[in-house]
Amino acid sequence: MISFQLNQSSLTTQADPSVDVLHFLRSSCSDTSVRFGCGGGQCGACTVVIDDQAQNACSTPLWACEGRHILTAQGLVDDKIGQTVLAAFIEEQAGQCGYCISGILMRMTALLKQHPDAEENVIKEHLSRHLCRCGAHARILRAVRLSQQKLRSAHDIP
Amino acid sequence: MTSPSFQLAPFAHNWLKFTPSGIFEMQSGKVELGQGISAALMQIGCNALGISPDQVNWVAGDTAHSPDEGFTAGSQSIEVGGAAWQRVGDIVRSHFALLAAQHLSCEPAELSLGAGTFNGPSGEKVSYHQLFEGGNLDWQNLRVDVENPGVIPIRLAVVQVTRADLCLKFTGAGFIHDRSLPNMWHARILRGPHPFAKAINLNVAQLERLQGVERVVVKHNFLALLGRDEGQLVKAHAQAKSLTSWSCPELPRHQGTAALLMQLHPQSSIAWSQDHGHPSAPQSDLDQRSLRQRYSRPFIAHASIGPACALARPDGNGGVVVWSHSQGVFKLRDQIAEALQLLPTEVQVVHAPGAGCYGHNGADDVAFDAAFIAHTWGLNVRVQWSREDELSVSPMGAASLVEIDAGLNGDGLVDRWHVQVWSPTHLNRPGWGGGIQLLGAWSAIADCHPPVPVDVPLPTGGGLRNAVPAYDVGQLTVEHHFLDTAPVRVSALRSLGAHANVFAIESMMDELSELNGEDSGAFRLKHLSDPRARHVIHKVLDMSGWHLRGEAGSGHGYGLAYARYKNKAGYCAIVAHVEVSERVKVDKIWACVDVGVIVHPDGLLNQIEGGILQAISWSLLESVQWNDTGIVSQDWDHYPILSFNDVPQMEIHLIEDNVNPSLGSGEVATGPCAGALGNAVAHALGIRARHMPLNPENLMQSINHAL
Repeated sequence: MISFQLNQSSLTTQADPSVDVLHFLRSSCSDTSVRFGCGGGQCGACTVVIDDQAQNACSTPLWACEGRHILTAQGLVDDKIGQTVLAAFIEEQAGQCGYCISGILMRMTALLKQHPDAEENVIKEHLSRHLCRCGAHARILRAVRLSQQKLRSAHDIP
Repeated sequence: MTSPSFQLAPFAHNWLKFTPSGIFEMQSGKVELGQGISAALMQIGCNALGISPDQVNWVAGDTAHSPDEGFTAGSQSIEVGGAAWQRVGDIVRSHFALLAAQHLSCEPAELSLGAGTFNGPSGEKVSYHQLFEGGNLDWQNLRVDVENPGVIPIRLAVVQVTRADLCLKFTGAGFIHDRSLPNMWHARILRGPHPFAKAINLNVAQLERLQGVERVVVKHNFLALLGRDEGQLVKAHAQAKSLTSWSCPELPRHQGTAALLMQLHPQSSIAWSQDHGHPSAPQSDLDQRSLRQRYSRPFIAHASIGPACALARPDGNGGVVVWSHSQGVFKLRDQIAEALQLLPTEVQVVHAPGAGCYGHNGADDVAFDAAFIAHTWGLNVRVQWSREDELSVSPMGAASLVEIDAGLNGDGLVDRWHVQVWSPTHLNRPGWGGGIQLLGAWSAIADCHPPVPVDVPLPTGGGLRNAVPAYDVGQLTVEHHFLDTAPVRVSALRSLGAHANVFAIESMMDELSELNGEDSGAFRLKHLSDPRARHVIHKVLDMSGWHLRGEAGSGHGYGLAYARYKNKAGYCAIVAHVEVSERVKVDKIWACVDVGVIVHPDGLLNQIEGGILQAISWSLLESVQWNDTGIVSQDWDHYPILSFNDVPQMEIHLIEDNVNPSLGSGEVATGPCAGALGNAVAHALGIRARHMPLNPENLMQSINHAL
């Protein structure tokens, strides 16, 4: 039996503990915001945030989530930092096909939670674990900068 | 002339339905491939009709309902699909305006229109839906394919449409991958390391015992593993692949593109010749002032981030319903029907969004896989390809070798240009040429084989796309060495032959300008008379501070390139600034683009940015690899693409135009970006690299060759 928190809900499951988090979330939790890209941890499409760390769901076994909190793109609207990042990505229309974006949103949410003022080179280094084929990179970077601005101005309001 | 989109959809009701709830159901045959086309087309339709986007239900690419507009390809969606929606909107609005004027007892010229409601001069209103329900219009017979229809202009509220699909794609079930059917099976097809590899000594009983496999279905050489638990099935599929031995067809040795393509047997012909008539210089002069060089690009993978996926179910009457991210649902329907020996009316294909599509990828193949399983074994099924399948058995963009032999006359003008292109076909789509173009059908159905390949002829061209230079080059000959075999499966990839051909032409223009001792910008301009071409070049030279670019060989380089896509579509000029040490690092790209009247500025910008970054990736990094066991570049380690660390700054200028017709933009940047990179690298090194990818290995070869 494995218990963990998925976005706003607490879950307990008797599923095979060796199943990868990607397929568990998609099949058993109807959370299709977590995307299959390569299955080998190379492209970042399946990234989720587990206890504030960005992780590849495709190569994380379910047992590793015992007692932990998983945040996915489906849960971003209920996360204070995550909803700001999401809003910035929509505002910048930061995507073409959009397939890589949910993973990118998750890693950027994790980064900005810990380092809201991360410099451009740090942002790029984190993003370099993600592949985008459409060439939306420039607007993704703009959206991250906009996220930082939004977070700063939210912080400044007394 | 009426739009080609009206050939099979000549009536207004093929495009627009007024629902009882007051919604406008807009139908399109042009589908959303991630390029944002739905927003642009919907905006054209809304502004022609005078309605707002929140009143619209947009339906695209359903063979049971949508107009058949052919493929969503070739940068034709704005040019053709957009023109169609403008015309539909103009005609429908005009007919309803007459009714509204009658209803409101005023002149049509006195009307204004917004959010689907006509307003009369003294404040009375009537909506499209009220007029439609009034029944005073012969709607079923209202044609949109009329020449010179009387169009009634009306003052109307102009709307901007923002993409409505992104939020769901970012956070939820926005893709075909996220759909499911009742009582659905997951399926994985067992395929080898090459599209034409065959399994030897297949042990079906062993595969049936794999954990996660609940059923194995086999027909001829088509084998699918079925299970209810997708996670387990994925693992079983990988195991099944490694348990199986494969026989790969004999492939030519992987080597430099030029040597490789020269080994294959060409069918040679003169495809184009013309004489622009610069006066010829004496022969002796020509010999000293001419250049002959070869340029190439390798096979390039689509490499979409999401693998191909499809769903299908039997329709209960012997037919089948298929969900697909195909670029051409009607052609796919016909091909599936032919392969399954059904009538086209017995197959329904419904478009659903996939990950980024840049041409003919595995979408149609996987749709057949699903349709075949659903039809043959009577199952509701969802099929998804693996990353390895995606990078090995789906079609690739074809390699090209381009040789240009060009000469200057005594005035320093190009007066002779002979280009030869060695390349396989760039088009093997379902519905192009004869026969069935579906990977699964070739293994599932006896006597179903890949058809004899045929390329797209000029002026549009496949391997020859943009092989005709945009410049006035005097005596011009284009020779095609068509290769009817290739070591990998090939079909359409963004810009087709234009990537290689523009790279070659623009490299040669720089080499000729150097031979003539002239600035390459000025040299291009003196060979171009089209004012729109000259304008984008002037502009990009200004933007980039071209005159400050300095001497060659400093390690930093600036390169310019220009093309008009397909010689008849959008204009694009690009300057690249690169730094070359062990490898090429792109610092900045400036681009100037003229695609006529701009419909959707952010959508256009997105296409140009994406076109540039993808072209950087192709031109510097990418090349499909194989050995005698099959394709070996099957994952992202072995098929690297552009990283966020290597994204340059970009400055893009879009020409404001109120006059010229809107042209497609998706493919305009690809060739010029490759050319600009090649020229920038040559400027940085003082040595020219003529073979893509411009990676360390190819740069070292060029340096060694020059020493």
